[in-house]
Amino acid sequence: MAEMQQKADSGGKGGKKRAKRQSTKIDMTPLVDLAALLITFFMLTTTFNKPQTMEINMPKKVDNPEEQIALKASNAMTIILGPDDDLYYYFGLAEDNPEIVESSYASNGIRQVLLSSKVKSNDMMTVMVKPMESSRYKNVVDILDELKITDTKRFAMVEIAESDKKLVQEQIGN
Amino acid sequence: MPKVKVKRTAPSLDMTPMVDLFFLLVTFFMLTATARPDEAVIVDTPSSASEIKIPDTNVITITVDKNDRVFFGVDGQQTKEALLDRIAKNYNIGFTEEERKTFSLLSNFGVPINQLKGYLAMESNDRKEVNQPGIPVDSARNELGDWVLQTRLTNPKVVIAIKGDQDVSYPTVKRVMDILQEKKVDRFNLITDMEMKPTN
Repeated sequence: MAEMQQKADSGGKGGKKRAKRQSTKIDMTPLVDLAALLITFFMLTTTFNKPQTMEINMPKKVDNPEEQIALKASNAMTIILGPDDDLYYYFGLAEDNPEIVESSYASNGIRQVLLSSKVKSNDMMTVMVKPMESSRYKNVVDILDELKITDTKRFAMVEIAESDKKLVQEQIGN
Repeated sequence: MPKVKVKRTAPSLDMTPMVDLFFLLVTFFMLTATARPDEAVIVDTPSSASEIKIPDTNVITITVDKNDRVFFGVDGQQTKEALLDRIAKNYNIGFTEEERKTFSLLSNFGVPINQLKGYLAMESNDRKEVNQPGIPVDSARNELGDWVLQTRLTNPKVVIAIKGDQDVSYPTVKRVMDILQEKKVDRFNLITDMEMKPTN
């Protein structure tokens, strides 16, 4: 115990004046209260987990469109992010009037497509992500996340073309 | 038969170890704590399975909130003071020493440059209440591009992070990305929440 025995001061002149024995025990309850308060304060103000981040490299803006190499239809896959968390994809180029398939952000949706042998076995397969103006930011992050999860290396964020919008409208009908 | 006398003792317990432990914890938290900076807006970031952490220092945070307003923030007091000097020179606005000091303590802000002086003159409580219009990003008054460019000139090491709300419409984010690309920034970070990585 935090307690010190004091030796009684005996002696001295002029009779027996005994100092009262007093223990030096102190009540530590307020001290504990204070310490607990401080702990609580610091625990609540500390930011424990730093936010996660996703690195994204955008393709360089090319000034001269002639310098770009055309993508072969067999190596192209396009994912269109639509309104209300809709998601469509097609293989090939928009000119060839490909079949548009509706998919979803769920784990059995677009992820399975990206993991399918059609995408995985083709090293040159380039995935183009085309968000519509009506899609929201979460969709973009979700699809980038899917690409990351499926370890798809070749992908690009591309602005949506009129032909893509028309395809969706014709085949899905909204 | 003699009566057994129960010795009465006060139920006091020794709190010394407890106090020791508590102060140890207090010290730990005090040393590790970085106070949460008060943000101008609260955004609900989307989640991702990414496991990269954002660096502690030299980060420009461009916050895009639900109402498509853009906020700009950078860390480092010296950086911010130097940044404000550069902006002041470009836009021919003089800032007083006090305004520079206030600016260097802001974590982020979303006012056009011509309203910045008024914003800095406010009391810190009023500053929280006031409705900030966001930094202009349209092509006629592309102030965000200037802020980013001048920050990079001030501190070349900065990393750019975009912190967007889940429900922000894509064109706003696209506009911010385009501005960054105009300023030759092709690599940036999107701040997200944590999500468990799928196990398949």
